[in-house]
Amino acid sequence: MDNQNQPLIFELSKKGRTAYSLPALDVPETPLNDMVGEDYLRQDEPNWPEVSELELVRHYMALSKRNFGVDNGFYPLGSCTMKYNPKVNELVARLDGLAHIHPYQDEHSVQGALELLYRLQENLQEITGMDTVTLQPAAGAHGEWTGLMIIRAFHEANGDVKRTKVIVPDTAHGTNPASAAVAGFDTVTVKSDENGLVDLNDLKRVADETTAALMLTNPNTLGLFETNIQEIADIVHAAGGKVYYDGANMNAIMGVTRPGDMGYDVVHLNLHKTFTGPHGGGGPGSGPVGVKAELEPFLPKPLIVKKADGSYGLDDDRPQSIGRVKAFYGNFGINVRAYAYIRTMGGNGLFQVSKDAVLNANYLLKRLTDYFETPFKQLCKHEFVLSGSRQKKLGVRTLDMAKRLLDFGYYPPTIYFPLLVDEALMIEPTETESKETLDAFADHLIAITQEAEENPEIVQEAPHKTVIGRLDETQAARHPILRYAKH
Amino acid sequence: MSQFRYLPVTEEDREEMLKVIGVKSDEDLFSDVPEKIRFKGELKLEPKLSEPELIRFLSGLAKKNVSTSDYPSFLGAGIYDHYIPSVVDSVISRGEFYTAYTPYQAEVSQGELQAIFEFQTLICELTGMEAANSSMYDGSTALAEAALLTSGVTRNKKIIVSETVHPEYRQVLATYAHGRGLDVLTVPSINGSVDLQALEAAVDEQTAGVIVQYPNFFGEIEPLKEVEQITHGAKRAHLIVASNPLSLGLLTPPGAFNADIVVGDCQPLGISESFGGPHCGYFAVSKKLIRKVPGRLVGETVDEQGQRGYVLTLQAREQHIRREKATSNICSNQALNALASSVAMNAFGKKGIRELAEQNIQKAHYAARKLKEEGIRVHAEQSFFNEFIVECGRPVSEVNQALFEEGIIGGYDLGKSYAQLDTKMLVAVTEMRTKDEIDQFAEVLGGIIHG
Repeated sequence: MDNQNQPLIFELSKKGRTAYSLPALDVPETPLNDMVGEDYLRQDEPNWPEVSELELVRHYMALSKRNFGVDNGFYPLGSCTMKYNPKVNELVARLDGLAHIHPYQDEHSVQGALELLYRLQENLQEITGMDTVTLQPAAGAHGEWTGLMIIRAFHEANGDVKRTKVIVPDTAHGTNPASAAVAGFDTVTVKSDENGLVDLNDLKRVADETTAALMLTNPNTLGLFETNIQEIADIVHAAGGKVYYDGANMNAIMGVTRPGDMGYDVVHLNLHKTFTGPHGGGGPGSGPVGVKAELEPFLPKPLIVKKADGSYGLDDDRPQSIGRVKAFYGNFGINVRAYAYIRTMGGNGLFQVSKDAVLNANYLLKRLTDYFETPFKQLCKHEFVLSGSRQKKLGVRTLDMAKRLLDFGYYPPTIYFPLLVDEALMIEPTETESKETLDAFADHLIAITQEAEENPEIVQEAPHKTVIGRLDETQAARHPILRYAKH
Repeated sequence: MSQFRYLPVTEEDREEMLKVIGVKSDEDLFSDVPEKIRFKGELKLEPKLSEPELIRFLSGLAKKNVSTSDYPSFLGAGIYDHYIPSVVDSVISRGEFYTAYTPYQAEVSQGELQAIFEFQTLICELTGMEAANSSMYDGSTALAEAALLTSGVTRNKKIIVSETVHPEYRQVLATYAHGRGLDVLTVPSINGSVDLQALEAAVDEQTAGVIVQYPNFFGEIEPLKEVEQITHGAKRAHLIVASNPLSLGLLTPPGAFNADIVVGDCQPLGISESFGGPHCGYFAVSKKLIRKVPGRLVGETVDEQGQRGYVLTLQAREQHIRREKATSNICSNQALNALASSVAMNAFGKKGIRELAEQNIQKAHYAARKLKEEGIRVHAEQSFFNEFIVECGRPVSEVNQALFEEGIIGGYDLGKSYAQLDTKMLVAVTEMRTKDEIDQFAEVLGGIIHG
């Protein structure tokens, strides 16, 4: 990485430079005062920079060199599915007829776009085993909330208004309880058993006539398959609740099993994870939601439909719908990429994806298992969780090992999550990594555990080779500086 | 041999790896999936395509669409055809940016973090606000989250929204409000602007937030000064303003009118229409609300050597720490679109944003004059930015069909969202429309309406 500190773009500004070009105004001018009232005509200028186009390009080139993506190297960030983002996806999403169309154009002039979305819906229905899919939610958490609003509308339509609680496992991602709260529910936690799976007795204790839904990903957040999933679904259904599938971990099970066949009623997918999004430095994502037929009336509107004459259109006439969850029809550009990926892989290809993802994870787990505490002994699925508790006794924290990995050119795993595991390292290699990459990573991580024993300072003081050292987060939070201001 | 270019595991690798794991086959890795729920056979998806076949097929679908590069477009209503400097796509195509995720590990994410910090600054400067977050899904969810925020800080449940706010934004607001148990009261308009008397009657001590759009959905520049006085006349009510960011190059920023929250969508600045998404919601607040903001915030700090750097900060607001007590459930956002918009904003700079905004207002007002010259009724009672209402005297869908046959994408059919405006069209004119295109539009539209 480049060791030069890169100034802020505002610090590069020099009066009189520019990086854009517009044609001269070709219509007769009207005085601005005739068009905008005095109080409403801006007097000051925003302090935006003035730079030339090359300076602008070099600025962002310098910033890009101070950033790390999947294209740079191994990125085993657990629960995020940092797989390769195909280049052809970027190409097709930029096709003029897909990138430069307006959502309010008449349906006849956007048949190709509607057809693409319809085809994607059909494919996702087959992959998940659900009856209908909406592509409107913009990301995973948005999909969670949409799914819960659908469940809420279902209960309300049945007059079942005392169902105010959503059950989440103690290993759940933070978005689960947060989405439940935004949907107006209280959260109840169900415990995990000693094998890292939902404790059935505890589930029986918490599932009752106030239960609206259980949110559960499978494989779960520990990377373990909930083998009792049917019994779990039965318990929740018997209590009158619905079962919600958090699709964060779909990468492990495509073609192996389907949420719809496991007993789930609602599913969201993260197209930016399993279906090669890409992740964009934090987004955009896309979080389609699939439901079983009895919940179909409550899906957000409009839905993309195929009409009797074979054309495609938008169905807005859905009286029981929860309404809109986002303007327009979702993150179309991400949906285009996901569709391109599904067409590239096909049904057997996606099955192979899951098989390879699980193979890679189990292989890496086996390579590391002697060097870390492994809280759960069974096979993992697409990811696994190690504990740094052994190293902690030597004074080396999981955070230190993560920072040390940076020196070897790796993005570290997810750390300190799930909360259940002490000093957790959550590792998800994905299927797009080769055995050589996994071996080299394992060798480096093992070497770090040896450093922890022999030379702990080098780990504790890591990173050593990055453009900047560990940053003072306490100061950042105590005295927030959230914008540049001219000094 | 692998048939898949994204999958590097060879059969030889597989054998070795299975041996290390201590199982015989792939199947054994799924022995924890009960037989009863195993999927049998092959997923019935569309057949797989090679790379050339995929490009050909998707190009075919793309060609079934008429794009705004094919036909001049007078369609806006929240999404616009604008000039996007070429540098934008060049920057966001860098793998270091678009194949990264949320910058959790700051030491190898300084590029993204600094870019977001710059985005936050650009938005603050444009809106006249003190802090901005790293992005929301789009303008509509940013608006809904703003309403939730005001309810959270005031403990009030009443949200007042002008009917001149984008209809789909209001629909999204209604969905979120139902979730959180808020009451939304819609205030009518008068002559295309919020009815100030009705607003004054609606705002009270129970009001959490008042939402207006500036310029509003019809293009009119709402009287923010009066709206602010009415809103802040009530003890706890907060003023939320939704703004097209481009317009703020020319209009007094909402921050100057003491808005508490300013939201909107950055699409007009550097993001393609893309059939409605992905775009980029922005969310800016006054100082007192900083710790209530939804989503990611980037802050400046120093490392052990005192070197300046950037980190995700104030994370105690967020779902991964606070869980059900978080200010929002948002996790993934629209970072790459925020980057695209930042590049565009930096390319325009302080002079460019003004020129761009001025070209929009000039061309829109010229178009309105041309339409009037053609004998078309234009409802532009007060001042407007780059959109205005045109009376078609007949169903807008018919008019748009006739325009389409002449190679023009007409405006938005207001009857879709406002029953009383069923023959009225919302026309948008951006800097992309040439004088010739505007003249032709006026002539053709005149012919259709009078013909």
